[in-house]
Amino acid sequence: MPQDIRLLDDEQRALVQMVREFATAEAKPLSIDYEARSEDPKPLYDKLAELGLTGVPFPEERGGGGQPYSTYLLIVEELAAAYLALAIGLSVHTLCAFAINEFGTEDQKKDVLEKLTAGEWFGAYALSEPGSGSDAAALTSKAVRDGDSYRLSGTKVFCTRGDEADVVLVLARTGEAGPKGISSFLVEKGTPGFGGSKKEDKMGWRSSPTWMMSLDDAEVPASRRLADEGNGFKVALASLDSGRLGIAACGIGVAQAAFDEALKFTGEREQFGKPVSANEGVQFMLADMSTAIEAGRRLYRHAAALRDAGLNYSLQAAQAKLFCTDAAMRVTTDAVQLHGGYGYITEYPVERYMREAKALQIVEGTNQIQRYVIGRSLT
Amino acid sequence: MNIVVCVKHIPDPNLPAEMDGKTLKREGVQGVMDPGDEFGVEAGLQIKERLATGDGESGEGEVTLVSMGPAAAMEAVRRGLSMGADKGVLVSDDVLKGSDALATAKVLSAAIQKNGAFDLVIAGVESTDGYTGTLPGTLAEFLGVPHVSTVKEIVSADGGTLKVNRQTADGYHVVEVGLPAVISVTAGVNEPRYASFKGIMAAKKKPVEQLSLSDLDLSGDDVAVKQEVTELSKAEEREGGEIIEDDGSAAAKIADFLKEAKVI
Repeated sequence: MPQDIRLLDDEQRALVQMVREFATAEAKPLSIDYEARSEDPKPLYDKLAELGLTGVPFPEERGGGGQPYSTYLLIVEELAAAYLALAIGLSVHTLCAFAINEFGTEDQKKDVLEKLTAGEWFGAYALSEPGSGSDAAALTSKAVRDGDSYRLSGTKVFCTRGDEADVVLVLARTGEAGPKGISSFLVEKGTPGFGGSKKEDKMGWRSSPTWMMSLDDAEVPASRRLADEGNGFKVALASLDSGRLGIAACGIGVAQAAFDEALKFTGEREQFGKPVSANEGVQFMLADMSTAIEAGRRLYRHAAALRDAGLNYSLQAAQAKLFCTDAAMRVTTDAVQLHGGYGYITEYPVERYMREAKALQIVEGTNQIQRYVIGRSLT
Repeated sequence: MNIVVCVKHIPDPNLPAEMDGKTLKREGVQGVMDPGDEFGVEAGLQIKERLATGDGESGEGEVTLVSMGPAAAMEAVRRGLSMGADKGVLVSDDVLKGSDALATAKVLSAAIQKNGAFDLVIAGVESTDGYTGTLPGTLAEFLGVPHVSTVKEIVSADGGTLKVNRQTADGYHVVEVGLPAVISVTAGVNEPRYASFKGIMAAKKKPVEQLSLSDLDLSGDDVAVKQEVTELSKAEEREGGEIIEDDGSAAAKIADFLKEAKVI
């Protein structure tokens, strides 16, 4: 059973149904081929734009949908259940747009955010570097002021759709060591000296391009600096809080997809003269899987409700990201187990889900970093 | 051109059906707009859009959705409005619970007439829950207009005439019909659009008139159920099929089988 939509309001229910139809009819079937070819599904992103799904949680005066984050996450979860890489792409795009909406100037909102909400442009986010992952504040990419511009140099890694995106939110150092010396920039595609230098070959999310990006004396106008000099790390962290909820929703989506397959398979597959799911041991596994999914769903939606109410939600976002993606790993692994040998072959989708879930425990703050964030905010 | 599209809210056909005695359980189950009606709504919208941009008569006019069902049926109406229809009419009345196709046609025809002058009424060929397939014809009779069934393609619609291709067993008929008329459209007549985000939000503000039986000057007697379901039985399970072991002649055997079925 996919997410229960009975208690949603009319618009949310209609939205989820619309996304479900698109996901079932197009995203899911096409995902198989895109994944097999490791090809970015650009036409599907354009379809998301056409359906009005590229700016759902942003203000209507910026071309957005004016909807709460909770509603946006329902869409992400539904998409993730059909095609995780596509949901990830939307989540990263939204993360970039979020930063502009939150910290951008009027001109930046007009010139960049409005293109993002309309889906004319897609956004990406470049924080990690070869030498700084979890310790993001140790980044060494430099931005040096040069008249009305900055000149950026350095290397970014693990940038989702970095080379496909029309604009990338890039974090670079303008001052002292540590978090207070970091600034954020909106770097447009085609900027000389800026672009993808290596596309990573990955275990999963194969159709979600992951790039090493190089900044080779790339000139970025000072008007494209997002927030004041030295405030970049604040932008990065706020974006990650928001983005973590997207990843949590992705986790629940992929877990749900794996669970649905496992429930179906164990009901159809007969051994010893009865369906596999007639065995109590199997039922207990299914029970634990479905309970973890429902619990995770409540957790990320609670964090989203706090966010929508304007309350601090960093702690709950970290809890949700941690729980939902750990649950996704467990549920997808069990789904493979419940398929037996069939779970390990690519003819069935659960091995893909298991490979995909793994990345969710790593991105937007590893789950060890989430525990660190949680511990720090509790004590 | 004023176009009316009949839409029905039915239990989600993708979920296992629950029975309430000899009728389908409709309350407390997840409902959707009948998938067959999406083709009707799309056909209505396409005709309106074609007239708005083409050289025919002007694009004046609107697409109105008409439905009968419990309060939850509003979801089907909203769904059609999200796709782009202009307004809706929903007839809800406790008396109508368990109505048969005849009573439904009577109610829908009254609601259509109350809505005002119409040029074209579109319905799906049959519902995905009851499958009687009798409603469009009955509706045309009550409305006193011609009926063209199983339309698989709408060729043109202007100058008070509609030209359509009508599916038959061997091919299709080309039919021209003077308007007003009722047509029933097959799945496949078009590719229904998704309700977009903007469409869903706009649907909130579109008018839906809610009517009871008395608003239509009908009484309980007028819509008394005349049809009785006497027995229900499960559809026969599909047989296992024939397995051809390949001893070198399998391809020929399959070809013979397909020839016999007149597929090739």
